[in-house]
Amino acid sequence: MRTLTIVEALREAISEEMLRDERVFCIGEDIGTPGGWGGAFTVTKGLEEEFSHERIIDTPISETGIAGAAIGAAIAGMRPIADVQYGDFLFCMMDQLANQAAKLRYMSGGKLKVPLVMRAPVGATTRAAQHSQSLEGLFIHIPGIKIAVPATAYDAKGLLKTAVRDDNPVLFFEHKLLYGAKGNRAEPGALSPVGKVPEEEYLIPFGSAAIRREGRDITIIGKLITVYRAMEAAKILAEEGIEAEVIDPRTLVPFDWETVLTSLKKTGRLVIVDEEPGVGGWAAEVAAMAVEHAFCYLDAPVTRVTAPCTPVPFAPEMEQFYLPNTEKIVDAARRLVRG
Amino acid sequence: MFTAQKPDKIPSREILLRMYQLMFKARRFEETVSLLFTNGELPGTVHLYTGQEAVAVGVCSALGADDWITSTHRPHGHAVAKGLPIRFLMAELFGRTTGCCGGYGGSMHLGDLDYGMLPAIAIVAGAIPIATGIALAFKMQKTNKVVACFFGDGAVNEGSFHEGVNMAAIWNLPAVFVCENNLYGASTHISKVMKAENVADRASAYGIPSVIADGMDVIDVYNAAYGAVDRARMGKGPTLVECKTYRYVGHSRSDPQLYRPKDEVEAWKQKDPIVRLKKFLTEKKIAAALEIEQLEKLVEEEIEDAVDFARRSPHPSPEDAILNVFTE
Repeated sequence: MRTLTIVEALREAISEEMLRDERVFCIGEDIGTPGGWGGAFTVTKGLEEEFSHERIIDTPISETGIAGAAIGAAIAGMRPIADVQYGDFLFCMMDQLANQAAKLRYMSGGKLKVPLVMRAPVGATTRAAQHSQSLEGLFIHIPGIKIAVPATAYDAKGLLKTAVRDDNPVLFFEHKLLYGAKGNRAEPGALSPVGKVPEEEYLIPFGSAAIRREGRDITIIGKLITVYRAMEAAKILAEEGIEAEVIDPRTLVPFDWETVLTSLKKTGRLVIVDEEPGVGGWAAEVAAMAVEHAFCYLDAPVTRVTAPCTPVPFAPEMEQFYLPNTEKIVDAARRLVRG
Repeated sequence: MFTAQKPDKIPSREILLRMYQLMFKARRFEETVSLLFTNGELPGTVHLYTGQEAVAVGVCSALGADDWITSTHRPHGHAVAKGLPIRFLMAELFGRTTGCCGGYGGSMHLGDLDYGMLPAIAIVAGAIPIATGIALAFKMQKTNKVVACFFGDGAVNEGSFHEGVNMAAIWNLPAVFVCENNLYGASTHISKVMKAENVADRASAYGIPSVIADGMDVIDVYNAAYGAVDRARMGKGPTLVECKTYRYVGHSRSDPQLYRPKDEVEAWKQKDPIVRLKKFLTEKKIAAALEIEQLEKLVEEEIEDAVDFARRSPHPSPEDAILNVFTE
């Protein structure tokens, strides 16, 4: 089977969906300018040649406008794939996302739908506090938005195709260090998660976690790049005789709690790894669910390995201190298993 | 840039009578709502449209049934003008399952896309970029539909106004941006928050035409909107229509209106759009007083029926609160 980077997988998903359904179009900053980048991280590069500027729409630097235009177009029968250059800019369009996209269906009594996808790159890459945030978990607190967090090329393509076909607003988070260490937009320190992607059509349903590694001693759940950190940790732990089960939820809303619960019944121990600050975040929510619904299966306290509650620092030494890494996960797992 | 053309013509008798009926209905609807609210029959809050009827009715009368509108926290008049059945509006204000939003929206989110009205957006200027998106869809779908976006003078100092109008302008989208300048954003007079004399002056910054209408004269609003809608439908892009108007009542419930002089309110009431059109219709012998009275009587009956319908309608089950977050 052929292999693709996440960027290639995303581009292919967009192209296929646009070919399949003429209502699908892309809208964002610098996504189709000839001689430009194809979006901040090259995902839409070349698509304007295939689909013309009628369907690859370059916008002014107007994040509120982009979100509003995508929402309006979605309500009026189109299926927009919008994007922001950095996830941090979602805050610029927060009214449109949180007050409009998320609530319009509800306010209408279920009479209308808002089938839009908003793609957003996240993750720390020595760009400091305003271009490095991970903020996926922030949105689980806003009812009405689905959230996808693909960690592999296979998932990126299958989840994006599902997102485009979903009749609800979907926030689609992509980690900058997972796009692929190729091309002129490759990030220092990027992983190269080139993965097998079949030629034939496939979709990945939302709310279906992937067990990346099976194990009996401890459950480690992470998302986006922390799935890879968890896998590295599991390898080290295995050498010490600790078998970790690694779960990648793939979507946060809906969230596949069943897979986590099943794993907890087996392992009795849980480490949640997240690049976001831990306070009030996704990791806190998973911990709360574990305590509420799986307390009797737990043999040790639920533990979070997250970023501290600070902005993302710039200097590489401080950034590395800030990020959850393999060593921190291994330490946490050892403590839980060995006491 | 330039001032848009405003055809100076008298609409047909049919349109004039329809506009009178809609303005009268919008006015009586609000007066009824005010009473019901004071009597404690309605939950929540209400932002009444009283005084501004000529704007909603003049603009919506220039639209076709397939055209869409977006609205604000003060949407009752827009909904009546766009032809939403008032039974379903009243039931929504009562929070009943028969309401136009099934009791999920209430006063500030009235709307129904079956009648071309997006559920009203109660965040100031929030609907402006959305209207741009609706217009983008209309253009991409190669329809000849138009969206009219209502907002108050308070909205023009929001970033959303700038982003939404600019994007509609650069893409020549079939949108009409209708500013209902009633002089006050809540209690703040527009002169304190805008240096330019007219909201319409903003249009030149986006390279689009503007037109100012007397928002207390439904014929003037209709003509201004007609020109703007026509222009949008022809693919020539958006127009900013500023309607100078006034709300006779407070911003919302419990507004003692100490920020504006009583004689100012009285002066505007002297320009009342309903009285004005009635006078026009009878003086020009377009309609007899008796015919207008009959029209008014029918509206009164319709309102009575709507209140009765709302009162008789079922309350939602409390647990239905968790439905309709996502599609099934």
